[in-house]
Amino acid sequence: MGATAEHNHAHGHDSHGHAHHHEESFVSKYIFSQDHKMISKQFLITAIFMGIIAVMLSIFFRLQLGWPGESFGILNFFLGDKWAPDGVLNGNAYLAMVTIHGTIMVFFVLTGGLSGTFANLLIPLQIGARDMASGFLNMLSFWFFLASSIIMVASLFVEGGAASGGWTVYPPLSALPQAMPGSGTGMTLWLLSMVLFVASSLLGGLNYIVTIVNLRTKGMKMTRMPLTMWALLVTAILGVLSFPVLVSAVVLLLMDRGFGTAFYLSDIFIEGQALDVTGGSPLLYQHLFWFLGHPEVYIVLLPALGISSEVISTNARKPIFGYKAMVGSILAIGFLSFIVWGHHMYVTGMNPFIGSVFVFTTLLIAIPSAVKAFNYITTLWQGNIRFTPAMLFSIGLVSTFVTGGLTGIILADSALDVNVHDTYFVVAHFHIVMGMSAIFGMLAGVYHWFPKMFGRMMNTKLGYAHFWLTLICGYGVFFPMHFVGMAGAPRRYYSYSEFEFLDWVMDLNPIISTFAIVGGAAQILFLFNFFHSIFYGQVSVQNPWGSNTLEWTTPVKHVHGNWPGAIPEVHRWAYDYSNPEHEEDFVPQVVPLKTGEHGH
Amino acid sequence: MKLLILLVGVLAIIAIAQLTKVYELTRSMRKTREEDISPADNKLQANLMLVWMFLFFAGVIYLYSAYGDYLPEAASVHGAQVDSLMSINIWMITIVFFIVNFLLFYFSYKYYFRKDRKARFFAHDNRLEMIWTLVPGVTMAFIIVYGLITWNNMTGPASADAIQIEVYSKQFGWIVRYPGDNKTFGSATYNLIDPSTNPLGMVTRENIQEKVDAIDEQIESLKKEIEANAKLPIWPDSYLESQQEKLYRLSRDKQRILDLNETKNPTTGLSEWEAGADDKIINTEMHVPVGKEVEFIFRSQDVIHSAYMPHFRAQMNTVPGVPTRFKMTPTITTAEMRNKLGNDEFDYILLCNKVCGVSHYNMKIKVIVEDEKDYIAWLEKQKTYVAPAEKEESSPTTDSTTVTTIVVPNNKVVAENK
Ligand code: HEM
Ligand SMILES: [Cu+2]
Ligand SMILES: [Cu+2]
Repeated sequence: MGATAEHNHAHGHDSHGHAHHHEESFVSKYIFSQDHKMISKQFLITAIFMGIIAVMLSIFFRLQLGWPGESFGILNFFLGDKWAPDGVLNGNAYLAMVTIHGTIMVFFVLTGGLSGTFANLLIPLQIGARDMASGFLNMLSFWFFLASSIIMVASLFVEGGAASGGWTVYPPLSALPQAMPGSGTGMTLWLLSMVLFVASSLLGGLNYIVTIVNLRTKGMKMTRMPLTMWALLVTAILGVLSFPVLVSAVVLLLMDRGFGTAFYLSDIFIEGQALDVTGGSPLLYQHLFWFLGHPEVYIVLLPALGISSEVISTNARKPIFGYKAMVGSILAIGFLSFIVWGHHMYVTGMNPFIGSVFVFTTLLIAIPSAVKAFNYITTLWQGNIRFTPAMLFSIGLVSTFVTGGLTGIILADSALDVNVHDTYFVVAHFHIVMGMSAIFGMLAGVYHWFPKMFGRMMNTKLGYAHFWLTLICGYGVFFPMHFVGMAGAPRRYYSYSEFEFLDWVMDLNPIISTFAIVGGAAQILFLFNFFHSIFYGQVSVQNPWGSNTLEWTTPVKHVHGNWPGAIPEVHRWAYDYSNPEHEEDFVPQVVPLKTGEHGH
Repeated sequence: MKLLILLVGVLAIIAIAQLTKVYELTRSMRKTREEDISPADNKLQANLMLVWMFLFFAGVIYLYSAYGDYLPEAASVHGAQVDSLMSINIWMITIVFFIVNFLLFYFSYKYYFRKDRKARFFAHDNRLEMIWTLVPGVTMAFIIVYGLITWNNMTGPASADAIQIEVYSKQFGWIVRYPGDNKTFGSATYNLIDPSTNPLGMVTRENIQEKVDAIDEQIESLKKEIEANAKLPIWPDSYLESQQEKLYRLSRDKQRILDLNETKNPTTGLSEWEAGADDKIINTEMHVPVGKEVEFIFRSQDVIHSAYMPHFRAQMNTVPGVPTRFKMTPTITTAEMRNKLGNDEFDYILLCNKVCGVSHYNMKIKVIVEDEKDYIAWLEKQKTYVAPAEKEESSPTTDSTTVTTIVVPNNKVVAENK
């Protein structure tokens, strides 16, 4: 891998005018870069923009839910007379916002954004490689991601509006343009965007797997890898095995929409017309979708768990408790996640016996998850905890992972799911366990590795304010939703005023919405801190957190090929924090074992 | 107003920027580094962990006490079982929730960084790890077994004398159908649906004939046009092709309808078309008798909907092309429930719980549970699908069976009777 020394100046000071003089290097350095560190920044910044859009959408529809029918100038300002006449969101726009919010959050922020950023940044750096196995595929992966992001956002502006059938886009609703306005052009764009997105994920995923398996430096045995590497490896494997199934589901749906096939359609009468298609089954789509969909939630979650393992161990100045058990539970969760998809289908009319099998497999996942939670907590026990913003977010992650995971036990139980399926209880569950946990993990990662990415430090005090506001508002939004759901309030409802039996819980809605608005606004602290620190943050030292892993042995200023000299050799595991045999409270992986010292 | 919001936003950002500047100035004067968390900061964050924990727990306890009675007592037999399973589950997860969150935040508080101590090097402990693998394992085994017993009870086959009710969904509303005196549903197919006169697509000899006639008429006129064009070609090829395609579709539709043949049910001696004549179709409310098992058979006209009856802890999707079922035994009449809740307006409700389009949020039908005799009296009063006088004509008893009998394909049958 060619290490070209002229690329090693600091980032951020290159202005457009300056770049003009040596255009080629600007383009190949910042735009069509094949360097994993630059690609990781490209992913992160794209994901941040997508995240801003998704949060704004959620605030738009939370305004409607909190104060149904009330007029908000801001809605009219952003959405215009078509979607928000007189400042009131209309029903179709509501469903489109919810759908695109969910799609962007799950796929663009927490799959493309989270894996794309941290797999790219950390894999070569933590295993001791000069770059990804294929820089070119890596670059393509980003460009597919960007193209699919642009198409997804553009779909908000087409005639008829964006896809509106929920992020799961179940046919026949999504297959028939006459079923709702969002099933027209908006839906076609949604499907095209997803195809590109999957292409991006596959290119990235294959690259991550190959790199981890083949390019580890001398001494970096699999069993010495930091847990981030294990998490990212299993995530990539899940993606490579399950995303192709999503593509097939999507392609069949495109055919049903455009070419008169009937994979998912049968016996339909709509808009005054009996359709010509028979023999398909809408349930086929659900099986295909959730075969990806469930692993997908772990694709979102595992990188966050990997990041927090790293951050918690470093900042508790203690080895992660039960390294082997942690690896084992990542593997177990990864494996089990492929055989539980049916828990999304208990009330579809699927054979109840098959339902029983899925109850069993799903509840098994609780065991490795519990092991992980207890191991985190034991890592904190008798530690020496340094509260960096990254550490705060990681502690927050453990809390949301536990709180949200517990309600999963109820949803996994088919007999109980019958009454809470598709209610706000589900919305509460997945936002806490997947949404909050993964976002916390991602933010922890940004705060922790910002010095590695940009060579500067983020502001700690702003980080503190950001964390506490986000934690309080996050729980403030999603915890009450459990009760709204248990009282029988369905999700994807534009308004609840039609149901008298729900009136008494609906006074929670303005409270939830208020938390959502404050929590959304609190993200400005982060955005400011992030962009300000890129240019003006304190210049970082080489190893600011006193960390053991290899990425902190590279120079602060990025060089192509990561290490100016030879790639260091690894002699020990990543978790020798406060090892009594050493003076310092950390022992980097490159330090050879003392004579007589037992390595892990 | 807009301007004001914008102004506040801009001011807030400026304020953050100024504060940051001041902070950065003092930092550079004191020569502190961003990654060195000061003892005061560590202590503060540790205390905040504890404060937060109390606030969080207080909030959760408040929510439990104010909103914990999520729904009135279950109004069905299986619903009561579901509720006791639910309360055991909630107890368990609530206890674990408090314990684990307590340990997390308390340890975070207790073990904050101090220069003079070193963390304990504690990398693993097989006994501890065994404990927290086994304890969740045993707990899960209990939950799985208890859960599956309840599940099997509620999803087993309905008893032979269960009352069958068809619940039919369409954008945006519900229609219920009762099988009438002969206790057998007539067949129905989406090909015969007429939104205003026959939303269920009921099959009777008349509407088959009507439909066939209508199709024939269309075919005739299309054929004429095509012939005329053959003599004097004025259409472009593409148009001709589309007309021919249309012709093909029409004849296929016709064939599908002609394929719907009468079969006699050996036990009732009625054909499925005759069986439908006394069916009762209602789109304003659904009545069910208390204490009798009811088996719902769900069908859908257009997209997937979901029939959700929270008070009975019952839900099942309605899927176009795939009939689905759910059985339950109501235990509390509407009147009793009104009494219990002290609310004279209360009604059970069936609502749509699978996003199905713009009026998804408003797709519901009232459910009334009453004594069996009131139920029967109510049902008596409802109109049959074919008025009795016509019924005589349309289904002369025996001699109509001369038609060849071909088994109706499964997916076109409303509900095969077991
Ligand atoms: C700004 C904070 C957020 C707020 C206020 C918020 C709020 C909501 C609400 C109220 C719904 C509608 C539920 C429904 O009617 O079904 C929703 C849907 C959803 N949200 Fe969020 N959410 C936030 C962040 C997130 C995050 C971080 C994720 C990432 C997992 C996420 C993923 C989803 C998904 C997948 C849906 C389902 C969309 C659908 O029904 O198709 N949200 N959100
Ligand atoms: Cu799942
Ligand atoms: Cu519906």
